[in-house]
Amino acid sequence: MTNNARFANGVDEQGAADISDLQWPENPSEIPDWVYTDQRIYDLEQQRIFRGRTWNYVALEVELPKPGDYIRSYLGDTPIIVARDEAGEVHAFENRCAHRGAEFCKTYRGSAKQFVCPYHQWTYDLSGELVSVPFRRGVKGRGGMPADFKLGEHSLRKLSVTCRHGVVFASACEDMEPFEDYLGPDMLDQFDTVFDGRPLKLLGVHRNTMPGNWKLYQENLKDPYHATLLHTYLTTFGLFVAGNKTMIMTDPKGRHSTLCNARPQGRPENDQSKTEIRSFHAAMELADPRVIQLIPEKDSPWTSNAITLWPNLVLLRQTNILGARHIVPMGPNQFMLIWTTFGFADDDTDMEDHRLRQNNIFGPGGFIGIDDNEAIKFVQDGLLHSVPRHGVAPLGQDEEDSDVVITDRAIRSMYRHYREEMGL
Amino acid sequence: MQPALTSPVKGKLDRALARELRFAVEEFNFDYAEVLDRGEIESWPDFFTDDGVYRLIARDNADYDLPLSLMSCEGKGMLKDRAYAIAHTEMFAPRYTMHIISQIRVTDFEDQIITAQANYAILETLIDEPTRLLQCGKYYDKFLMQGDSLLIKERRCIYDTVLVPTCIVFPP
Repeated sequence: MTNNARFANGVDEQGAADISDLQWPENPSEIPDWVYTDQRIYDLEQQRIFRGRTWNYVALEVELPKPGDYIRSYLGDTPIIVARDEAGEVHAFENRCAHRGAEFCKTYRGSAKQFVCPYHQWTYDLSGELVSVPFRRGVKGRGGMPADFKLGEHSLRKLSVTCRHGVVFASACEDMEPFEDYLGPDMLDQFDTVFDGRPLKLLGVHRNTMPGNWKLYQENLKDPYHATLLHTYLTTFGLFVAGNKTMIMTDPKGRHSTLCNARPQGRPENDQSKTEIRSFHAAMELADPRVIQLIPEKDSPWTSNAITLWPNLVLLRQTNILGARHIVPMGPNQFMLIWTTFGFADDDTDMEDHRLRQNNIFGPGGFIGIDDNEAIKFVQDGLLHSVPRHGVAPLGQDEEDSDVVITDRAIRSMYRHYREEMGL
Repeated sequence: MQPALTSPVKGKLDRALARELRFAVEEFNFDYAEVLDRGEIESWPDFFTDDGVYRLIARDNADYDLPLSLMSCEGKGMLKDRAYAIAHTEMFAPRYTMHIISQIRVTDFEDQIITAQANYAILETLIDEPTRLLQCGKYYDKFLMQGDSLLIKERRCIYDTVLVPTCIVFPP
C-alpha cells in the first residue's frame, strides 16, 4: 500500500471486525444498547459513515476569512485542518504528518503561509501538498531520500470540500453528490433559514466533552417529546411548548431532520398541554426578560429551527440565537461538542449584545444546554452500568402529519438510514 | 496559546495599602467560595452591586477577542435569573463543588474601586465518581469598596479548562 494522499473510500475499507453476534431487534421501534457502547460498531461508523458517503460539517468560512487562515477541526474522530489558500479556496486535510504521523497543528486557529511539522520539518502548503523535506539529498552526498522519492506522493490526506452560504463541509469521498442534492430541497430550505447567504460574524466557540455516544446527540435534537418536558426554561417561557405550532420534517432518506416551532406571544398560560408537564413553573418570572426577547429578523413562520444534518451537525436557530454544533465522536462512550456561535456581519451593537445575552440559554453552561448534557450523561451511565436491553422509541407513527409533536418518528427514520449505511 | 490578559501592578499603589486591600479581597473571595460551595446559589447575587457584571469566558475566546461568554449576567436582574434557574429549573445530577482560590493580587485602587486578580480552581464531585477538576482559571475583578465591605462591580472568570467536562452548572 502506498502512502496514499486520499483516505480509502470508507465503504471499501478493509479489516472490519466480526459483528455477527450483534442482531438488530425485530421491532422497528427498538434500539439495541450495543449501538451506543460497542467499539466494533464505533470503528465501523468511522469507516462507513464519517469517512463514507457523507458531507461532514467542518468549519464556518468566517473562521478563516483571509488567505492563510486556518482552524483545527475533525472529520468524525480524525483531526483535520481547514485552511484557505492564497487564491481564497478552502481546503481540508488530515492533521497528521505523512512522515511519522505527528498531529502537528496544535492551535485552535491561526494564520500561516505553510504548515511545518516540528518533528522533522516536513513542510506542506495551504492545500496540504508536501512542498519540501530537509536533507532530501542527505549530507555530503550520503543519506537522504531515495532517488525515486516524490514529494507529490507524500502529501497530507485530502478531503473533498464544499461550501454553501459560508458553511464548509468535507468528505472523504471523491465523487460526492453536490451538497444541495445531499440535503434535498426541503432540508436545503431549512438550512437557508439559518444561513441565508449574508456574511456572518463569529461571536465565539465553546467546547465540552460528553460522556455519551455521539448518536444520542442526534437523537436529542430529533426528539420533541423531551423538549416539552425536560426544559423548564423552554416550556415556562413558551419557547417550545407542546401546544405551539410545530413541524417535524425529515429528508426522503430519513437521515436529516428539522424540528420547527412557532412561539406565541407571551406566556403559555392557557396551553392545555401544560397540565401534563411537571416542569412548568407557573410562578417563575424573569427579573430581566431581555434574555428571551424575540427581535424579529427573519422572514420565517418559525421562531425556532432545530436542524440535524447527518452525520455531525446540529444547527440551531432559537429566537435570536444562531449556532452550529459540531459533533466529534471520541470512542463509543464519549464525544466532544464544539458550539460555534455567530451573528450577521451587519448586526448593530445592540443586536450583537442581544445575541450574546441570549446565548445564556445554550452552551455547556446554558439554561437548556445543562439539561441536555446532563440527560445524555444519565443515558450513557444507564447503558454502561446495567445489563443490556433494548431502548424503545415508540411514540407517534412513521406515516403521520408533520405537525404531530409527541413522536419519535425522526429518531426511527434516522436508525432506518443508519442500518442501511452500516449494513446492519 | 498566548499569555492571558495580565495587568502589571501599578507603581503608585502604596505597599501597605495594597496588603490591606489584598487581605480584604481575600476575605471577600473566601466568603464567595463558601457560599457557592455550600450550594447557596440564591445568595450569590448578593455579592454584586446592582449594576454588577459577571462573565465566564473561555480562554481561547478571550485570546482571540471573541465576545461570547459561557455565562453572562449584566446587573442584579440577570444574576438573580441565573441563580433562580439553577435552583429551580435546571436538571442536573447533585454535586459537591470546592473552590480553591489563591495568588490574589491587587493591581489598582482608585475612586473606591479595587482592581484585583486571583487564580481559582474548582473541584467537582458526583455520586459514585472520583473527584475531578472542573475548572481552573483567573478572576479579573473590580470591587466597589464601601466602608470595609466589598461588592463585585465586575468579575470576569477566564478559564484555561477550555474543554469543559460535560457542563458547568454553578458559576465559578
